[in-house]
Amino acid sequence: MLDDFFFRALFATLVVALVAGPAGCVILWQRKAYFGDTMAHSALLGVVIGVILGLNPEAGVFGVAFLVAVAVVALQRVSRLAGDTILGVLAHSTLAIGLVAMALTGSTRQYELIAYLFGDVLAVSKEDLILIGLGGLFGLAVLATIWRSLVAATLHEGLAAAEGAKPLRNQLLYMALVAAVVAVGMQVVGALLVVALMIVPAAAARTLAHTPEQMALIAVLIAALSGVLGLYGSFWLDTPAGPSIVTIAAFIFFGCLVFDAVTQHVSRSRGVRRSVARAPEGDA
Amino acid sequence: MTQSRPLVSTHSVGVYRGGRWLIHDVSLEIHAGQVVTVVGPNGAGKSTLLKTLLGLRRPDAGSVIRMPGLRIGYVPPADPVQFDLPLTVRRLMTLTSHRPAEITTKALKETGADHLSSSQVNELSHGEFQRVMLARALSRDPDLLVMDEPLRGVDFSSEADLYQLITEIVEHRGCAALMTSHDLHYVMSRTDQVICLNGTVRCMGAPEDTVDHPEFHQLFGTRAEAYRHVRHQCHGESTET
Repeated sequence: MLDDFFFRALFATLVVALVAGPAGCVILWQRKAYFGDTMAHSALLGVVIGVILGLNPEAGVFGVAFLVAVAVVALQRVSRLAGDTILGVLAHSTLAIGLVAMALTGSTRQYELIAYLFGDVLAVSKEDLILIGLGGLFGLAVLATIWRSLVAATLHEGLAAAEGAKPLRNQLLYMALVAAVVAVGMQVVGALLVVALMIVPAAAARTLAHTPEQMALIAVLIAALSGVLGLYGSFWLDTPAGPSIVTIAAFIFFGCLVFDAVTQHVSRSRGVRRSVARAPEGDA
Repeated sequence: MTQSRPLVSTHSVGVYRGGRWLIHDVSLEIHAGQVVTVVGPNGAGKSTLLKTLLGLRRPDAGSVIRMPGLRIGYVPPADPVQFDLPLTVRRLMTLTSHRPAEITTKALKETGADHLSSSQVNELSHGEFQRVMLARALSRDPDLLVMDEPLRGVDFSSEADLYQLITEIVEHRGCAALMTSHDLHYVMSRTDQVICLNGTVRCMGAPEDTVDHPEFHQLFGTRAEAYRHVRHQCHGESTET
């Protein structure tokens, strides 16, 4: 089955969905969408560094994205500049440096720029699958270790710390997790869209969930559904796979939004009707 | 009681931030079963003191000593709307560690909040939220209950109920309690010690010592027993609201 390029693509997409769902939930809760974006922008630089060091590109992406995340946190601590200023500067300067580095080193090696930017999941090889599988396992292990503390710290950092959470360790592990999703997800939907694979399903899940765990689970299901539908859609319509997956996720998100608005409206008007019906009793 | 080893003590603690001392030279002890209320105006450093006691903030001067193995139940200053994720009360009870359902249910019953267990946290009123947060802290079976502004945002009619509830819990469980209040005029009657804080400790003592007029005993209602903290006994600005 894994000899078939389509099933390899499907497997890769589902692994990424499994980790991107919960990771995206935490990104939303902590309002870190631009933080993830900055890590993704550094992916091209990571590719070049990975190749120069003789590693594979994904390892380079993972390392550079993680270092950029650490740099953001460090700069936000020492600098007087606003947090989003630092994010904006780092995102675009790492992107520019990545492109320049590609041009400087690309004479001997042909980079597939479009594949890095928009993903090329149908080109995933068996070797890639091993890496993706390992990345997925790493991501799930990190999530299992720090999930409760992450949720607690999202709600109240002081409370979490007072009851034994280790904020610095958790933050570092979480940044490594997002870096892993960026590195692995880059092959599926590309560096430009990998953050979408995290936050769009999570945002859709927010409207349906009652607990953090439900939200994470629903996000995984929506990401996986988007992956499957997007892949089949791209196959039939001959559209690029990565953008197709994100397009499906976006449609699901808007569907959830409308569903939520309608149910809210219905329950509110029911509430109004009930209180109108009760009003005469109140007067009497 | 004072001969025993304190649960937590500070020794000339100071916290320096942004070019000034938020608190300085604060020394105090909290012993088992004791109820201590820190009063002071906004910006007096009450929250800073609590955070330092909890170990969330490292003091820039002096030291904090916590008894080894001390279990603290913390009720932070927070608004329900701040908890902006899908979260039921039941899930909030296991926020930082797993707790068996019978323990969380018992704690919610203890604070009169068990009917809320399926509610979304960000839809609670302030009073309900404080009861839930109190239950969450109690489910950890604390030796010391730390409450930062437990009456924050709570409407006037619920204040008395909440104070009464805290009183009952402290007496029933025999745990120590430390709380802050920016309302300088009312301090819980069960309080053993009042600490007036305004940057540093302005005065401290039993509430009886800080009440010198019989008419204030009229304020000791049967439920919300409160002491008026007498202005002139605590020198200067620490009694200004």
